[in-house]
Amino acid sequence: MKPAFSVIFFTTLAGAGQGLFLALYMGEVFRMTEGQLISQDFMLTGLVVSFVLLLLGLTASTFHLGHPMRGWRAVSQWRTSWLSREVIALPLFIALVFFYMAAHYTDQSTATTLSLGLVGIVLCFALFVCTAMIYACLKFLREWHSPLTLVNFILLGTMSGFTLAASLSASMEPSLTYLYTFIAVVLTVTAFISRLGSLARNKSLRESPKSTVQTAIGVRHPKVQQRSMGFMGGSFNTREFFHGKTEFFIKRIRTVFITMVFILPLAMMILSLTSGSATLLIGAFCIQYVGLLAERWFFFAEVNHPQNLYYQTIG
Amino acid sequence: MKKQLALVIDLNVCVGCHACVTSCKEWNTSGSAGPMPDHNPYGADPSGVFFNRVQTYEVGEYPHTETVHFPKSCLHCEDPPCVPVCPTGASFKREEDGIVLVDYDKCIGCKYCSWACPYGAREFDEQGKVMKKCTLCVDRIYDQQLPEEERKPACVMACPANARIFGDVHDPDSQASQMIRDNKGYQLLPEMGTQPANHYLPRHIKTGKEED
Repeated sequence: MKPAFSVIFFTTLAGAGQGLFLALYMGEVFRMTEGQLISQDFMLTGLVVSFVLLLLGLTASTFHLGHPMRGWRAVSQWRTSWLSREVIALPLFIALVFFYMAAHYTDQSTATTLSLGLVGIVLCFALFVCTAMIYACLKFLREWHSPLTLVNFILLGTMSGFTLAASLSASMEPSLTYLYTFIAVVLTVTAFISRLGSLARNKSLRESPKSTVQTAIGVRHPKVQQRSMGFMGGSFNTREFFHGKTEFFIKRIRTVFITMVFILPLAMMILSLTSGSATLLIGAFCIQYVGLLAERWFFFAEVNHPQNLYYQTIG
Repeated sequence: MKKQLALVIDLNVCVGCHACVTSCKEWNTSGSAGPMPDHNPYGADPSGVFFNRVQTYEVGEYPHTETVHFPKSCLHCEDPPCVPVCPTGASFKREEDGIVLVDYDKCIGCKYCSWACPYGAREFDEQGKVMKKCTLCVDRIYDQQLPEEERKPACVMACPANARIFGDVHDPDSQASQMIRDNKGYQLLPEMGTQPANHYLPRHIKTGKEED
């Protein structure tokens, strides 16, 4: 598949925004168990950042549409379409982040903020599920059609949110920095294992294709070769479903994202756990986010769409 | 059983002339499914929307090779994977005759349906910013203004070799159903479970029904 930058930015920005929201809520609860109130400055800054990330994600997603002004129609098919469900869950979650932020700003009681936040948590996970299922539900795209897709979306989003929470808390709520960093490290390790799992799964899928040119055109001879796809130029079919990059480039991107999403941020966060350096945490988040862009690019490029069986030879 | 209109394509007689491709484009670009815009049609890298393509495959090893011309358009699946994923309901399958269509006024151009289709049957119209596909010439086949023998898809009318048969594959007495039955008609990518309505008739060394 050809990676779509609108969707790459949407899923990574929204994922970080969702993860940050989860981290902030957890921070509030944790401080309460210590008999303390969480720093309002930190809470508000964090929620504004989460809100802005989600809005940026929403904006990016509209660039994927041919007719963004008709986007409202997309709420209608929630019974069957995960994309429709996502279009409902995203604005609801953004609204909840806003209300949670407003409740903190206007100094509402802890009972109010916590119950608002709890609704937010439910919507946050609903959004993770919708986003991931858009890909995981397509059974012909075997690389995506796996519970690992769902696990990866949740882990990678939450991971980047906690890394961001750790770097934000360093200056405003240092009492939470160690906890956030520790959880971010655990999430990064877990996400690393799960992402390696999907890489291994997809490698084995490539070795045992389910469909072949024989089943595609229904000729059972062992040797069938396409001589012409029916046209000399390009078409939607040759643009949308081929990434057009070399094998070498793809392998490079894989190395880049494994290093930038997992290895470097892990090293930096573990160092910061001992040294307490805030700069390291900020650096870890920035590197991890850029790495996630590469990871999402790879996520799309790795899919070998079955329609490609019909588009093997220009001519 | 409800009606399911479809095409049956006889690979024994398709000569790969692309007459179905051009007549499809001619009819549909000026019909209700149009336009089917072209980009850079006379330039180095031409591109455009087509509902029907004819591809060519070589089967076997030299000198024992055969050339198979293979027309491909939307197969109007009985269980179309493109329909449930559509977030707006623009992509739908008609109850009355099983034709899968796109409502261009509802389509938001998200392309999700094209990801869900394993056959690559849908082509995005970069000018209209909506998804387009074969309509089985829904604006021809019911047109009372046309003589009855012309109420067929444009590709069927155009085929000089009579390789395309149009009909109701749920009606056991239709010519389409008989052709499928008598010639071991098959579906593309059957492992996908989409149950395409369009069928293909396999090539025979010798034609003639006495072999069955």
